[in-house]
Amino acid sequence: MNYKKRQENRTWFLKGMRHGVPIGLGYFAVAFTLGITAKNIGLTPLQSAFMSFTMHASAGEFAMMTVIAAGSGYMEMAITQLVINLRYLLMSCALSQKVSEKLKFSHRLAISYFITDEIFGISSTVDGKLNPWYSYGAACVASPGWVLGTFLGAVVGNILPSNVASAMSVALYGMFLAIIIPPARKNKVIAVLVLTSMAASALFTWLSKWIPLSSGMRILILTVVIAGIAAYVHPIEESGDNTNEG
Amino acid sequence: MKDNFYIYLLVAAGVTYLIRALPMTLIRRNITNKYIRSFLHYVPYVTLAVMTFPAILTATASMISATVGFIVALLIAYFDGNLFKVAMGGCVAVFLVELFL
Repeated sequence: MNYKKRQENRTWFLKGMRHGVPIGLGYFAVAFTLGITAKNIGLTPLQSAFMSFTMHASAGEFAMMTVIAAGSGYMEMAITQLVINLRYLLMSCALSQKVSEKLKFSHRLAISYFITDEIFGISSTVDGKLNPWYSYGAACVASPGWVLGTFLGAVVGNILPSNVASAMSVALYGMFLAIIIPPARKNKVIAVLVLTSMAASALFTWLSKWIPLSSGMRILILTVVIAGIAAYVHPIEESGDNTNEG
Repeated sequence: MKDNFYIYLLVAAGVTYLIRALPMTLIRRNITNKYIRSFLHYVPYVTLAVMTFPAILTATASMISATVGFIVALLIAYFDGNLFKVAMGGCVAVFLVELFL
């Protein structure tokens, strides 16, 4: 690897670390409640932290604990995880088009490990191609927040003052807004897309009394349908690189 | 239950990782089909919007603080766009509102 390339990776890594800070803070708050749940079903703090380290998935981890607490089988665990986490399949497809065709297999394996809603969110919307070191930088700040939050939640239960925990729990949503709103401001198609998605999501949340869908399934189905319609109605003509949208 | 925790975890983490890694490792080429490209380009915006709303409204201790946090984050995102400022601005707004509730 030549000097210039290494400098470039370093810059991306540092940028990723900076963007990872709000993710880590939000993770800490969410993971804390995860740790409390883990404690309640009888997991040790180390087991809880290990679970968070290997999975990096909030809904997936809650579902895992539900399956364990119910004493269901391994097959049910596999199916539950498949359903709840299926949206990552779509994110992985999208990210496969965001990285360079020449990206090494090892990088592809590594970057896949960190496809969480948040790291995917910032990685898939950078200008131009995604340098994997950006995602690694974000992950190396965000992941400790996730793992440590789970660990502490399982050790001490509720130590965070409830108003601090309440405030921190909007950090992740704020971050999502910071990712989607600026492009929506510049690009009318994306603005319509964002508004439609929010409205549809509100509608289906309201309808959940009659049409029970897990939040993972709701996200997946709405994404496929709305992005599908948008692609049909407004295909992006330019087949070369990227996103003048962003 | 404790004994087979690690088998449960192996299954759950294994399935989760496979879901994340299969497309990334199998789709090595740039997709040329214009519709699929457009679809994948739109995916993050739709997914993040669906995840944010209306979930943000029930994320905090009260819907009032959450609504204010949402609006503040929305405004900062619109006029500034800095990731850290938006996230922190939302948190601070929620915190301040809850002081008065």
